[in-house]
Amino acid sequence: MGKNILEMRNITKVFPGVKALDQVNIEVEEGEIHALCGENGAGKSTLMKVLSGIHPYGTYEGDIIYQGEECRFRNIKDSERKGIVIIHQELALVPYLSIAENMFLGNEQQKRRGVVDWDKTYSTCSKYLEMVGLHENPRTLIKDIGVGKQQLVEIAKALAKNVKLLILDEPTSSLNEQDAKNLLDMLIRFKGQGITSILISHKLNEISYCSDKITIIRDGHTIETLDKAVDDISESRIIKGMVGREMTNRFPQREHHIGDVSLEIRNWNVYHPQFTERKVVDNVSITLRKGEVVGISGLIGAGRTELCMSVFGRAYGNRISGELLLDGKPIQLHDIPTAIRHGIMYVTEDRKGDGLIVSDSIKHNISLARPAFISSRGVIDQDLEAIKGKEFSQELGVKTPTIEQLVGNLSGGNQQKVLLAKSLFAEPDILMLDEPTRGVDVGAKYEIYEIINKMVGDGKSVLMISSELPELLGMADRIYVMNEGHVVAELQNDGTVTQEEIMGYILRDSNRNIQ
Amino acid sequence: MKKKSLMKGNMREMSMLIALVIIIVLFTILTKGILLRPMNIANLINQNAYVVILACGMLLCILTGGNIDLSVGSTVALVGAFAGTFIITWGWNPYLSIVLCLLIGIGLGAWQGFWIAYVGIPPFICTLSGMLVFRGITLLILNGLTLAPFPAAYTQLSTGFIPDIAPDGITLFGTKLNLLCLLVGVAIAVAYVALQIKNNATRKKKGYETEPLPSLLIKTVIICAAVIAVFWKLAQHKGIPTVLIILGILLLVYNFITQKTVMGRHLYAIGGNKKAAELSGVKTKKMMFLAYTNMSFIAAIAGLVFAARLNSASPVAGQSFEMDAIASCFIGGASAYGGTGTIGGALIGALIMGTLNNGMSIMGISSNTQQVVKGLVLLIAVAIDVLGKKNFNWKSLLNLGKKA
Repeated sequence: MGKNILEMRNITKVFPGVKALDQVNIEVEEGEIHALCGENGAGKSTLMKVLSGIHPYGTYEGDIIYQGEECRFRNIKDSERKGIVIIHQELALVPYLSIAENMFLGNEQQKRRGVVDWDKTYSTCSKYLEMVGLHENPRTLIKDIGVGKQQLVEIAKALAKNVKLLILDEPTSSLNEQDAKNLLDMLIRFKGQGITSILISHKLNEISYCSDKITIIRDGHTIETLDKAVDDISESRIIKGMVGREMTNRFPQREHHIGDVSLEIRNWNVYHPQFTERKVVDNVSITLRKGEVVGISGLIGAGRTELCMSVFGRAYGNRISGELLLDGKPIQLHDIPTAIRHGIMYVTEDRKGDGLIVSDSIKHNISLARPAFISSRGVIDQDLEAIKGKEFSQELGVKTPTIEQLVGNLSGGNQQKVLLAKSLFAEPDILMLDEPTRGVDVGAKYEIYEIINKMVGDGKSVLMISSELPELLGMADRIYVMNEGHVVAELQNDGTVTQEEIMGYILRDSNRNIQ
Repeated sequence: MKKKSLMKGNMREMSMLIALVIIIVLFTILTKGILLRPMNIANLINQNAYVVILACGMLLCILTGGNIDLSVGSTVALVGAFAGTFIITWGWNPYLSIVLCLLIGIGLGAWQGFWIAYVGIPPFICTLSGMLVFRGITLLILNGLTLAPFPAAYTQLSTGFIPDIAPDGITLFGTKLNLLCLLVGVAIAVAYVALQIKNNATRKKKGYETEPLPSLLIKTVIICAAVIAVFWKLAQHKGIPTVLIILGILLLVYNFITQKTVMGRHLYAIGGNKKAAELSGVKTKKMMFLAYTNMSFIAAIAGLVFAARLNSASPVAGQSFEMDAIASCFIGGASAYGGTGTIGGALIGALIMGTLNNGMSIMGISSNTQQVVKGLVLLIAVAIDVLGKKNFNWKSLLNLGKKA
């Protein structure tokens, strides 16, 4: 048994009206990767906020013992001074500052008090970038590098603060499988350098892959701590702990009634809106049938989102060419309102950024895309809107006392359901779902899958982009594999397709391009 | 639960309404009752009409994302200058000139709306340019001079009163009253009650949720009492000011647009999350264009009213009007980031500013001091809102003192 670097004892944290944490205990050994699992709202993030001083001493009950002494952090600076660094799910980088400036933000390399030492800044930055294996110029602006690399900058930033205990909240949620694996391998390397990590993740395969111990939290209580050396830490075992029951089937069954072709995309080409010479979708042809769930697999940057958005009333892209056939008839979708009128709806992957108006109520969000359904000659029937809003939010199982509730006050899973309710309100025949279960807990995922099943059961078509291969294999009837803008494979998902097979298509295609 | 959230949504407006009542009571005491004299109430309406008018347009711009229009003061002056040139210099028909001036207003707005919506110039910069350009054109047209006087047919627009139906009015409780004014006041109150009853009946019939009776009753009684009180006061003077009719129509129309129409909903959506609105099929460019075109149209109305009140077309008219309009919207609860705010709130904000102006003027407080007071009121009004939020971190404010 190694030495404990951290013990949190009987932590209780009460928000007005809610007990977020109730007598939570967690012990983290020095030099291990300790995973924290639990559904959305179970209290994982709150616990980490207590640890890092975001919820200061005095606002919670219980003790934090770190490196053998009791700590009373008043703010995040206090905990960082001790080497505890938290990296949030939504990255806290300033897009228009350089990598180096971001890395030392709030921790500037100074010559004299208040004067920045730029030479030292850039040279130290390079050193830390080397450590995380990121080969970028420290002067590059954050906005010019991808999300995966930004995540590495965040980690390098933590290293620059002389981190002892690194806390990562959903670090891989916006990464593709390869980048995610690199990141996890790096955490394993860090163990050798004496850096302890706490990893919060919904991706159970990642947790099984890299963590030494797993603490499961449910409804603000610690349920159990599993040790890799002793216990079974398979995915189904973890899920059992999280939801309190065996989830024998992570994907609900549906009957398959596949009908005629509903949407056909032919020879679709799209160029990048800013770099107009770059082709982001390259001669893609896709068919979609009634009652069918079609998946699109691919790495970040494969052109999946760009394909769907450019079809959705040219919401993305430049110099778009190709044919669209809806129920066999050619159509032109010049703008988004036209696309919506034709029964096509796109549900964004970024629900807070592009999907919902978080400062507005549930009912106003639901009716936004198709106000014609609750108005006549431009005048809204507010009572009808309230009734429809209630109907849709109940049907999709949005957990809220009232539809007047602001969307910003809901949990991630509930927000996702409001986003789906909003899309369904527009009565689409063809629904393009972009990462429909991102950042959503296991229970809510299941409910979202059920919604998708119900839709295709009603004869609608669903085109689903997902970076989680098990999800695509569990849900889709057919899968298109995309890489670097074009379709590299079309697979009938008859139960024989494996994750390895899909990854194989992608990797072989990437290799071909390199040669 | 539902009732509670409804109350919370209107908290800001309620607290500002209470502030307005307190300010009125305070100045009634300080001015020994002059504030609420019939003649002063008519004055108050005439003096502040332009702020309320401008606030109606400004609110729509602010809703789209905290965007403001700095050019409205200059637009007021420019439209006044056109009116002066048409009516005084060229002797054109006043009514034809009014229509022309409104069209010019729409044209000016379309100019700014084009640059803002379709070219993507930030509204602050585009309207700052408009502020300089329109003021400059005003000076060019008027050659730096003031044109006066307007014919009576035109000045009626702002300083006139609606003639009474009974030539000598009527006498009630020993006071001579304007009959028409009194009747209109009662009619509005009756119409309001009828509308409430009708709304409730249709809701019940269609099985919709109805407002709880006690709160509905209290609301109706207070609103009717306030309306009748104002018209009772006005009846003791010269009756209904013409400009009150213009105000009433504008407030009703813009309240309807923002609260009940798809267009209004789209304005709020753009301010709440522009990208989400776009992906939901809202034509954001068109809405921005409309908001700014409308703003200058409204500014043209204000320009006509203001020129009529001054009885002249002055090259310095309308200076800092944009600030009064913006302040009214923010005092009345509009968010500086867009997406929230109401016409009712903007009206309350304008009334607070107007009452402060008028009350302090009666007390003989210099206009220099008045500016200081108005500026502080704006800050306090918004600060109360920020500090009153449930999640405001008081501790951080206290710690600030400790560390220093």
